[in-house]
Amino acid sequence: MLDGRSQIKRRAGLRLWLSAGWLVLLVLVALLAPMIAPKNPLEQDLFAGRLPPFWVSGADPSFLLGTDSLGRDVLSRILHGARLALTVALVSGLATCLVGATLGLMAGYLRGWVDVVISRLIDIWMAFPPVLFSILLIAVIGPGLGSIILAIVIIDWTRFARVVRAEAMAQGAMDYVASARIAGRGRLGIMLREILPNVLPTIVVLLTLEMGIAVIVEAILSFVNLSISTDDPTWGGMIAEGRASIHQAWWVLVFPLITLFFTVLSFSQLGEGLKDRFDPVLR
Amino acid sequence: MSFLEIRNLTATLSNGMPILRDVSLSVAAAEVRGLVGESGAGKSMIGKAILGILPRSVRITRGEIRLDGTDLLALPPAERRRRIGQSCALIPQDPLTALNPSRRVGPQITDRLVDILGWTRSNAEARARDLLAEVQIPEPERVMRSYPHELSGGMRQRILIASAFAAEPKLIVADEPTTALDVTVQKQILKLIAGMQARHGTALLFVTHDLGVVSKVCQRLSVLYAGMVVEDTDVRGFFSAPDHPYSRALLAATPVYTDPEASLTPVPEAVITAVRAEVAAADRRAGRG
Amino acid sequence: MIVLRALLSRLVMTAITLFGVAVIVFVTIRVVPGNPIAMMLPPGATPEDVANLTALYGLDKTIAEQFLIWGQGVLAGDFGTSITTRQPVLDLVLGRLPATLELSIMALVMAMLIGGVAALTGTRLRGTRTEGGIDIANGMALSVPDFLWGLILILLFGVLAPIFHISGRITPSLDLPFVTNFYLFESLLRLRFDLWADIVSHMFLPALALAIPLSAIIGQLLKQSLKETMHLDYITLARTKGYGENHIILREALRNAILPTLTLVGVQFTFLIGGTVIIERLFSYEGLGNMAIDAVINRDLPLIQGIVILFAVIFTGVNLIVDLTYALLNPRLRHA
Repeated sequence: MLDGRSQIKRRAGLRLWLSAGWLVLLVLVALLAPMIAPKNPLEQDLFAGRLPPFWVSGADPSFLLGTDSLGRDVLSRILHGARLALTVALVSGLATCLVGATLGLMAGYLRGWVDVVISRLIDIWMAFPPVLFSILLIAVIGPGLGSIILAIVIIDWTRFARVVRAEAMAQGAMDYVASARIAGRGRLGIMLREILPNVLPTIVVLLTLEMGIAVIVEAILSFVNLSISTDDPTWGGMIAEGRASIHQAWWVLVFPLITLFFTVLSFSQLGEGLKDRFDPVLR
Repeated sequence: MSFLEIRNLTATLSNGMPILRDVSLSVAAAEVRGLVGESGAGKSMIGKAILGILPRSVRITRGEIRLDGTDLLALPPAERRRRIGQSCALIPQDPLTALNPSRRVGPQITDRLVDILGWTRSNAEARARDLLAEVQIPEPERVMRSYPHELSGGMRQRILIASAFAAEPKLIVADEPTTALDVTVQKQILKLIAGMQARHGTALLFVTHDLGVVSKVCQRLSVLYAGMVVEDTDVRGFFSAPDHPYSRALLAATPVYTDPEASLTPVPEAVITAVRAEVAAADRRAGRG
Repeated sequence: MIVLRALLSRLVMTAITLFGVAVIVFVTIRVVPGNPIAMMLPPGATPEDVANLTALYGLDKTIAEQFLIWGQGVLAGDFGTSITTRQPVLDLVLGRLPATLELSIMALVMAMLIGGVAALTGTRLRGTRTEGGIDIANGMALSVPDFLWGLILILLFGVLAPIFHISGRITPSLDLPFVTNFYLFESLLRLRFDLWADIVSHMFLPALALAIPLSAIIGQLLKQSLKETMHLDYITLARTKGYGENHIILREALRNAILPTLTLVGVQFTFLIGGTVIIERLFSYEGLGNMAIDAVINRDLPLIQGIVILFAVIFTGVNLIVDLTYALLNPRLRHA
């Protein structure tokens, strides 16, 4: 029998596996980039500038996906770009999660002035245009990997704080929390041992989504030329160059764009898939 | 020839579980037929089948629903819908949820007259005012301009009754119309429906689990168990000498206000077993094993 | 009375939020390393020149003092002078605002149209393959942010099938009669449909890029809300009156289903406006966001402040308007 529920489950399962598969592949690529990349991603060759990908006439087959205007191998730069993208995703995702979830948990469970302060901060943060805010921060802290991660944490902690606060508030009103309090558990104990485990599924979902967002933020910052140095292979930097030379060399834009697209899609679909998994109604 | 004729109506859930088993019943013009049974017996499903509002998960597998001689189930959907809209109406169970919260009350009464029956707006509005007066609503003009949340539950039920009679339907299905109301309001509403039915000469199919209600308003009665009609009789006969053992048990389980202690007898286990066996036998006859 | 008090407390909250935004941006940009004054002077300027100009912009005072001076100016309608262009910030910002507003509103309209049609079609054809297809498309549109949609649209409709313009706001060689910066509206009012078409052709792709994720949100939410509404008793009652599915969805269900969607659209619209910053950059569209990025790169402190504050005002304003609209549309609140 194939009713709606099992169909939803099956679709969710497929989506989970596909996106997880792509991300695992990406992790492998990032780890093995120096070994599998056919060229040095930094090596310029002005005589081999803007070579098309292998199937287009005039291509040099050793540059599988063509070269950019400085003659750098597009494929190798994409493979190396995965390292930065995943590092940013992982580190800034986790750091944002830690900061945001902690503040959200405190606001939602402790309430009182802690909640007032944190909620007000969230309101103020929501009134900032996030992209502009991140560009501003990078301009202030200066470019570099650490700055990007810091900027993402500063901007995006509210994503966790908002949701976790609401969930912690709901959980805090439940009877099991009251009985834990009667049993003599302290506030820290209740937050960590009673409420956190119940909010954890939500946090994991948000974390997955945040990683996708982090990849995009990095790409946007590279795009406006504020990320790392211009030489280092980043997907956003490649896209910026591709956008500029779009009429002469479409492949410089297309391949990093496809990679970025599937990566962001995978993180987000993984998050949505996990959400369905965790949802007790569907489970 | 009765206005409504249901013959051998059989319906199942999408997983094959039977909901209605070979149901036959008829309602003559200006007649009031009660349809009783426990919750889950399928009594509401019959009303829904007539009005074409069965849930998507329920499928009619066999039988006919004849309205004035025409089998509704044989008509194309749009034609069936129009036919039902012209000659039938529903008095719903819960007055609090049966009016659209974002539309004023007046248009909710007149919309069918204008859109489906092609009346002019002013005629339809005059008709609505008359009907609201007939269901004893003060200031019909003001009420028609109100939104549902501004009116009490009893008022809303009166509006829904007025709305059901608006198009002078031949048949009205009343689906437990008093269950959601207070006991005091229940009596008034019941009287109101009975009075309206008598004045307008409408056939009425009264779906209820309350035998007390049936004894007050109905002439004939069908008793349902597990989607099967176990007894089809006139009301007087039923209350003096019910034929089927399940009907007798049901009657014994109905509270009598004069002697509450004596009347609350649950349906005996043996009767349930017997009637279940009967259902199973019917299923076997229908070839479902 | 209650409504009035709620409104008043909302206004106070909004003021606090705006104040917070001002403080944060003010302090943040003043810890920027690198003296913006030194950047604007020609090489060979003496340290004395730098000191003079620094004093002129008040940058030699403490941050608290600067904030006080700036705040007094703002309350008097003076947002300072841009360091790079030496024009009043307010003029610059208000000059660009119409471009961004037109883009955002066009994107919002597109998102509502696409999302609305998707939700209605999905509801009308529920249980069919089409509904499944709409769900999948919604999921995709939602997962990928406007920045990537912008790039994809540039590739598809700017390069592969060059139907639309992919940079700028209007073809510069055209004769421009405009007296306001609301080009889109003004060209309509002047009945200059040639200009209007040119502007739309420039705006279409950036607006669509902004609209796609929002349209998915609207589509999903509205469809969910319609689905729940379609099970309600008054819908069933309307069916018995003889109405067909289309009438039921459009005339009975839609109005009630829209309300919960609307509150979310408000917040999401502010996200969309935030997205204009990068989308304007991507499409070289001469709006506020593009100007903001330039201002950051040029370290034009007064201009950055002005733009961020303006964005914050728009964000909080939109939320306020949505809450009011919600109250107006909901008969229960209207008559309370």
